[in-house]
Amino acid sequence: MSGAAPARALPGSGDARRHLIVAIVNNRPGVLNRVASLMRARNFNIESLAVSVTERSDTSRMTLTILGDEVHVEQATKQLYKLIDVLKVEDVTDSAIVEHELALIKVRVTSKSRPELVSLAEMHHGRVVDLGDDAAIVEIVGEPGDVDRVVELLREFGIKELVRTGSVVMARGSGSIEEQVKR
Amino acid sequence: MTQTGHVPGAGTSAALATERARKEMLRDARIERRGGPRPRIGADALCEALLLQGSNIIWGYPGGVILPLYDVLVDHPGLRHILVRHEQAAAHAADGFARASGKVGVCLGTSGPGATNLVTGIGTSMLDSVPVVAITGNVPGVLLGKDAFQEIDITGITLPMTKHNYLIRSADEIPHAIAEAFHIARSGRPGPVHVDITKDALMGETTAPHPTQAEVEAGLPGYRPKLDGHARQIKVLADAIAASKRPVILAGHGILISQAERELLELARKAQIPVAWTLLGIGVIDESDPLAYGYMGMHGWKHVNRAIQSADLLIGIGMRYDDRVTGNVRTFAPSATIVHVDIDPAEIGKNVVADIPIVGDAKHVLAALIPLTPSVAPAARADYFAELATWRTASESSAWHGSGGWRDGVLSADFVVERIAEGSQHDANLTADVGQNQMWVARYGGFKRANSHLSSGGLGTMGFALPAAMGAAVAVPEKTSWAIAGDGGFQMTLQELATIVQERIPVKIALMDNKKLGMIRQWQEIVYGGNYHSEQLAGPDYLKLCDAYSLPAWKVSKPEEVDAAVAAALAVDGPALIWFEIAERQNVYPMMPAGKGLSDLIDKWGDDGEDVTEGSSGPRVDPTDPNAPSGATK
Ligand SMILES: Cc1ncc(C[n+]2csc(CCOP(=O)(O)OP(=O)(O)O)c2C)c(N)n1
Ligand SMILES: [Mg+2]
Repeated sequence: MSGAAPARALPGSGDARRHLIVAIVNNRPGVLNRVASLMRARNFNIESLAVSVTERSDTSRMTLTILGDEVHVEQATKQLYKLIDVLKVEDVTDSAIVEHELALIKVRVTSKSRPELVSLAEMHHGRVVDLGDDAAIVEIVGEPGDVDRVVELLREFGIKELVRTGSVVMARGSGSIEEQVKR
Repeated sequence: MTQTGHVPGAGTSAALATERARKEMLRDARIERRGGPRPRIGADALCEALLLQGSNIIWGYPGGVILPLYDVLVDHPGLRHILVRHEQAAAHAADGFARASGKVGVCLGTSGPGATNLVTGIGTSMLDSVPVVAITGNVPGVLLGKDAFQEIDITGITLPMTKHNYLIRSADEIPHAIAEAFHIARSGRPGPVHVDITKDALMGETTAPHPTQAEVEAGLPGYRPKLDGHARQIKVLADAIAASKRPVILAGHGILISQAERELLELARKAQIPVAWTLLGIGVIDESDPLAYGYMGMHGWKHVNRAIQSADLLIGIGMRYDDRVTGNVRTFAPSATIVHVDIDPAEIGKNVVADIPIVGDAKHVLAALIPLTPSVAPAARADYFAELATWRTASESSAWHGSGGWRDGVLSADFVVERIAEGSQHDANLTADVGQNQMWVARYGGFKRANSHLSSGGLGTMGFALPAAMGAAVAVPEKTSWAIAGDGGFQMTLQELATIVQERIPVKIALMDNKKLGMIRQWQEIVYGGNYHSEQLAGPDYLKLCDAYSLPAWKVSKPEEVDAAVAAALAVDGPALIWFEIAERQNVYPMMPAGKGLSDLIDKWGDDGEDVTEGSSGPRVDPTDPNAPSGATK
C-alpha cells in the first residue's frame, strides 16, 4: 500500500438507521415475489413490509422498512426502481409523514385483571376488541414506538399471541405519491 | 354416494378443467390442416410477433409442450429454426448472435429440463447486459403448480436473473408479451427477457392484434430509461477534464451498446485523453490508435493499471467498476476524482463512490459533453504521454509476449492468439471461452472493430465460446467467426460440433489445449502454494473426434506451423478446427490476486524466472494472508 494516500471510502459504510420506503407497484400476480426476491438477492434486510391495493385497483402500495446507511438504502431504492412493475419509489424517512402500525395482542385475563386491562388499553388509545373469560384481544394503532410501549406494558398479563402489520406511512400536506406516478 | 374415480374434488369445475388439460397433454395436438384455412393459434401469433420484431433466427430444441409451435413453423417460412444439441448452447448462440449484431437473439426450449438447460445462458446474458428473448413452453395452465410431467417453476428460477419475465397463460396475451419482451430486452440497459408460455396458450385460437411500439411503451409506465445526462453534471465533468493533468477514460460495454465509439474517439482526441478498456469494452477503439492505451484490470496490462493508479481523473463510461477492474477499492486510484457515466442509475455508487455521477446513455452524454470540453493541444500533455509511453514499453517488453515460443520450441498461447488475429486481418469476430484462453484473447487479440470480441465477462461461463461463435457466425456472415476455447471449456459444449456441421455454420475453432484447467492450475500454483488438485484434464484425440463429426481439423504443436494451419482453416468453406497443443504450464501475467489492488500485480519473466513486482506495493505476497503460498516460486 502506498501509505501516503488515504484509503478510498467504500460505498455503504456509513451509519445504519431505519429507513421508510414507499413503492407504488403494478397490482399483478408475482410483483410481491419480485420485490422480495430482489431484496433477498441484493442482501437488503427488510424489517417490515406492508402491501395493499391503492385508490386505483391496478396499483398496489408497499411500505418497506429497511436498515442501512444512506448509500445502501439508496441502492435498494434504485434496484427496486429497475423492476418493470415498480412505478415509483420514495425514501420518506426524513419527510413530514404520518407513520402508523396496527397490532393485535391476545393476553391472559382473569376476572380480577379485566378492569385493569381495559383501563390500560384506553389510557394508551388502544381498544379491547374481544373479551372472554380467560383471554382478551387488545388493538392498538400508533407509531411503532407507541406500539412497543403498550406491548411491554401488556407483558405482565401474559401475551398469548401478537400480530403487527408493520408500518404504513403517508406524507403530511397535499402532496400525493400516487399522483406523482407517471402514466 | 356415486363412484367418481380417484379425481380430487371430483365434480367441481376445477377438477374437470384439470382432467381436460391432462387429456390435452396426451392428445395428438396436431391442428387440422385438411381443406380451408386453419384457425390462427397462439403459436402462430408467436411466430408473427418474432418476425415483426425483425427476428428470423430461433435457436431451439423441441419437447412435449412446445410441439404446437413446431407444428406451425412450416407455415412461417421467414423463421429459421436452428436445432442445437443442448439448450445451453441455444441460449449462448442467441447471446453471441446479439453481441455480434446488436440485434435481439432468440432461444427456445421446452418445459422442465429444456427450460433449466437454458438457465446458464440466460444468466450469462444477464451479467453482460445482452439482449436476448428466451422462450419456453410450460404445461397447460390448470396443471401449473401440480408437479405435472416436466413442470418446473421456471419463471421463479429466471426471475432474479432476467431483466423481466412473463408467464403467459392465454393465446391473446402472446402478441403484446412478445413485443414488450423485445422492447425491454433491447432498450435502456439491455438484458435477457424470459417468456414462459403454457401449452394451452400456444394452442388456443386468437385474433389478438400485434401492438404498435407506441402502445408497448405506453403500457410500461414503470420503465422509462433515461438517456440524456444531467446538463449541470455534464458541465461539471467538462470542467474537471479542463482542470485535469492526468485523465484516463475507462471505456466499457455501454459504449458498444449505445454505438458511441465515434463520440468516444472524438472526446479522447479533443481533450487528449488516453483510453483504457474493460474486458467487455474491448473494441471500443482501434487498439492501434495512438490514444488506445490498453486493457485494464486483474489480467490487464501493467502500464494501464499503473496509469489508472496515478490518474487524477478517471472517466468511467458504460462500465461498472466491478471487482475485476478495481481490485481492492480502498487502494484503487488513490488520487483520482471518479466520474461514473452509466445508463443504469443503480450502478452508480454500487461498487465505488462516484465524485461525478451521470446517469445517461453513453452516446447522449458524450455528444453533450464534447462541445463543452476544451480542446487540449497534444503538447500540453507531452510529459504525461511521454511517461505513459515509457511505462508501456516497459510493460510490453517485460513479458514473453510475442516471443513465438514461450520456451524453446514450445507453442505459447499468446503467440497463437496473435497469429489468428493477424491471419484474419484483425477483422474477424473472436469469441473467447473462459479461463486463461479468455485472458490471452483479451490481451493479444489486437482488436480494431466494435463487437468483434465476444466474451462471457460477468458470469464467466465455460463452454460459451463454441455456441456463441455459432451465433456470431449466423448473425454476421460476412465476418469470420473464431471460437477460441480452452480444452476444459471446449469439452463442456463440444456437442455443438454436430450443429455446425449439420447447419454448415462456418465457425473456425481454435482449441487451446494445455491439457489442464489452466486458470485453476495457475491459481493453485500462485495462490494455493502449488497444491494442485483436479487441474489435469484428459481429452480425446481431437483429430479423431473431428473426423467422427466430418469436421476438417489440424493439429499444431510448433510455432512455425501456426500460420499455415490458420490459413488452411480459413480457406475451408465451412467450419474447421485447429487443435493447438500449447505449453502446459504457461501462466497469464500480470495477475492481480483477488483482494489485492491494481498496484499489486504479480509478474514473471518466465516459468522459472524471477518474480517482478512493480509499484510501491512491497512484497507480492502478504505474509499474514492465510492463503499465501509458502514460497514465491515453486
Ligand atoms: C461452468 C464453469 N465451471 C467452472 C468454472 C471455473 N473455471 C474458471 S477457469 C477454469 C479452467 C478453464 O480451463 P480451460 O477451459 O482448459 O481453459 P484454460 O484456462 O486452460 O485456458 C475453471 C474450471 C467456470 N468459469 N465456469
Ligand atoms: Mg485448458
